[in-house]
Amino acid sequence: MHREREISKKKRARNKEYTLVSGFFVLIFVSLIAYLLYFNLVKSEAFINSPYNTRQDTFSDRVVRGNILSSDGEVLAETNINEDGTEKRVYPYNQIFAHAVGYDSNGKNGLESEANFQLLTSHEFFLTQMKNELRGQKNMGDTVVSTLNARLQTTAYQALGDRRGAILALEPSTGRILVMVSKPDFDPNYIAENWDTLINDENNSSLLNRATMGQYPPGSTFKVVTALDYFRNKGSFEGYSYLCQGSITMEEHTIQCYNGTVHGQEDFYSAFANSCNCAFADMGTSLGAKSLRKTSEDLLFNKSLLLKGSRKSSFTLDGDSPTALVMQTAMGQGNTLVSPLQMALITSAVANGGILMKPYLIDHVQNVEGENISTTHPEEYKRLMSDNEANLLGKLMKNVVDFGTASALSGRSYSAAGKTGSAEFDENGSSHSWFIGYSNVDDPDLVVSIIVENGGTGSEAAVPIAGQIFDAYYTG
Amino acid sequence: MINVIVELSKYIILTLMIVYTFHCFYMVHRQSEEEKNELLHQQLILIFFMDFTAFLVIYLKTFDFKVILYYMEMMAYFAGIQILYRIFYRKASLLLLNNMCMLLSVGFIMLCRLDISTATRQLLIVIGASAAALVIPVMVRKMKFLRNLTWLYAGIGVALLGAVLVLANTSYGAKLSLMGIQPSEAIKITFVFFMAALLSRDTSFSAVVKATVIAGLHVGILVLSRDLGSAVIFFVAYLVMIFVATKKKAYLGIGVLGGFCASVAAYFLFGHVRQRVSAWKDPMAVYQNEGYQIVQSLFAIGTGGLFGMGLCQGSPEVIPIVKNDFIFSAICEEMGAIFAVCLILVCMSFFLMIVNIAMKIKNPFYKLIALGLGAEYAFQVFLTIGGATKFIPLTGVTLPLVSYGGSSVMSTILMLAIIQGLYILREDEDEEFEKRRKEAAKRARERAYAQREGNF
Repeated sequence: MHREREISKKKRARNKEYTLVSGFFVLIFVSLIAYLLYFNLVKSEAFINSPYNTRQDTFSDRVVRGNILSSDGEVLAETNINEDGTEKRVYPYNQIFAHAVGYDSNGKNGLESEANFQLLTSHEFFLTQMKNELRGQKNMGDTVVSTLNARLQTTAYQALGDRRGAILALEPSTGRILVMVSKPDFDPNYIAENWDTLINDENNSSLLNRATMGQYPPGSTFKVVTALDYFRNKGSFEGYSYLCQGSITMEEHTIQCYNGTVHGQEDFYSAFANSCNCAFADMGTSLGAKSLRKTSEDLLFNKSLLLKGSRKSSFTLDGDSPTALVMQTAMGQGNTLVSPLQMALITSAVANGGILMKPYLIDHVQNVEGENISTTHPEEYKRLMSDNEANLLGKLMKNVVDFGTASALSGRSYSAAGKTGSAEFDENGSSHSWFIGYSNVDDPDLVVSIIVENGGTGSEAAVPIAGQIFDAYYTG
Repeated sequence: MINVIVELSKYIILTLMIVYTFHCFYMVHRQSEEEKNELLHQQLILIFFMDFTAFLVIYLKTFDFKVILYYMEMMAYFAGIQILYRIFYRKASLLLLNNMCMLLSVGFIMLCRLDISTATRQLLIVIGASAAALVIPVMVRKMKFLRNLTWLYAGIGVALLGAVLVLANTSYGAKLSLMGIQPSEAIKITFVFFMAALLSRDTSFSAVVKATVIAGLHVGILVLSRDLGSAVIFFVAYLVMIFVATKKKAYLGIGVLGGFCASVAAYFLFGHVRQRVSAWKDPMAVYQNEGYQIVQSLFAIGTGGLFGMGLCQGSPEVIPIVKNDFIFSAICEEMGAIFAVCLILVCMSFFLMIVNIAMKIKNPFYKLIALGLGAEYAFQVFLTIGGATKFIPLTGVTLPLVSYGGSSVMSTILMLAIIQGLYILREDEDEEFEKRRKEAAKRARERAYAQREGNF
């Protein structure tokens, strides 16, 4: 016995290194397994939800494309199965959600594209899935519940009427997008039938989502950016004074206030509320192109806009730009181009104490039985301006509603702040009508960004639409 | 009806695989030979049913008569090898043999599903290699001079790898093969023989230096041929064998440090190394170029989920070089991640069995050979599976016995035959030991008896 123990001890001593080596390899095998499971359970969904993944299309052989719902429970898109087993995608709201929800034939767009993977993935109870598979039946895809609000969207859609333009409304504290309207529009139920007409119609470009991809001069709404740049250079709005004579000429370039109005002696607040072009052109030349560019890029100009399929705004001033262009740009004309989304994000940061929340359209995903699968949590993108800067810009915008160009919004059940804009787009002085703003100034509820093409001044077309949306929001 | 079978098969195959894997580990704790034999028997039955189910599905999905023919050929091979081993090598490790059959099965199923002509070629190579390997265990036992050929092994290794570097054409960015043969696969074996022959006699500093120079030559040539996977495998085998032979942790430390520095240097020196790393860090960003393979592989693995799409239900054919370097991804897609985990565990059991054999052998030359080959095997599995899942950068090596690849499967079967030879040797040793112990005990008893007699 004793000798045997001796032998086995010797054996163990001889094999110590072998044990160590095999331990090491067992460790790497285990780490392989751990990583494989980690990838499968945690990372794979985000990874395979990629437009490069051609396998997604084969999913539809086994899964019935899920529904898209609005946040107030309305069906925005569903799949009807005919008696012969063929499927038809149906959009009960027809044109109203055309761009936001998108379409699923002739390519994919909108939520249909963004949530393609979720719609074609089934989280039905696994026994039901096994039963379906054995019977050769398709599983039901997951339901995507969007942040869009059908009632507000309808209000906004009708308020815009026959005019062209775009409307965005979102919650500044979360980034949830409640309204996304773009006109001219199309009926996604007949996208295949009308496809050739739609893609060849360059006058209307109805397929374009103007809310995220439109490129418009910002008009006076850009004065928010110039004002922020002024504050960052001078440290205060107090002590500013300007005598408006209705026009200003620098290096042989003349800029006029709207309709040649002479605003007289102004401080910063009244210059902003009056939307005084002369004051802001003057201010712009003293700030300089570089400084304006820096501040606008801090506010996401020339940068990706955080929402899939959106187009970057462009701000082109640099050190070599001529004075005339700097003057133009500072008051919102020049070469600057923005989408309604861009202006909505700036307004949202102002309304949320300087912090921009990432905008999003998918609230949560649930399986066909209604059990929650995954929820989008509001996420801070970053601070675009300090709390103090946001407060002061808010104050400027409040004045616009209280005493300035958006006074149509004052005296309602809620308080509001905002900035109007008339963005000239041709030689005859025709202009797009802009309004950006938010409701309930002390604890902002809803940000809107509205453009009505060829709608005249901001107060003529865009402000009344904002009023209708805010009214609907508070009577809901 | 077909649908029912196809869908059910997914769960049947998975269950069989899980039970098989469980057997691999459960068996080690059993002492009684009878119980072990019973478990080994059951494993064979499990393999049989798995193959039957899988090939039935492939047939039902393709209605290709060749699939049935292939299945029968494959079964004949498995039956043949199992019977021949039982006749000629009664004392061989049957668990190792079973695991070989299991891994080959998984490979045959996947290859047959991907492309039956490739699968046929693979089966022919396996049959040829197995037939040739039948004599190896005898050779290991008889050819005692093998341990004296130290410098011959080194010479062959360096010369052949050098020839590949100079003469071979480039494929998939690497120089690998000469007239359709990948010498690096065979040299994995001669390299281990070299290291074992050198270090089993002498573990002095000068021997370590000699080993390092020769290993450096091997690895260096492989890096220049852009065969990074093999280079790393050789390096790991070198490190493990030095450590085990000298028992000095310092060498291990220096080796790991040296390997780290060499990797960093390679990263800055060679563009192809940088490409692999950038594809690993963010494959989506370089999707159009070096990231494509790995992205497709991950799509397949992710799409398969835990239970897989089912055989013939996925689209693994869109993954580049799926039959070789990415067979694991195809397995994940169609048979699921749980099956894949079992497969990794079978590979691990395979490796542990080899180490177990190494530990029981007394002769230091054979001991080192077993361990060196085992380390090469294990690290190759790690490289290919880790690469396909983006756990580590891609190195482009095959999954031994599962992937298609003549040289790879041939050298793995040879390697296994060598290990079986060593196992039989150690059984002999055991038997001798038992015999001597019994004799000693008998003598002691006789002596005690005689003493007692004398006292009276």
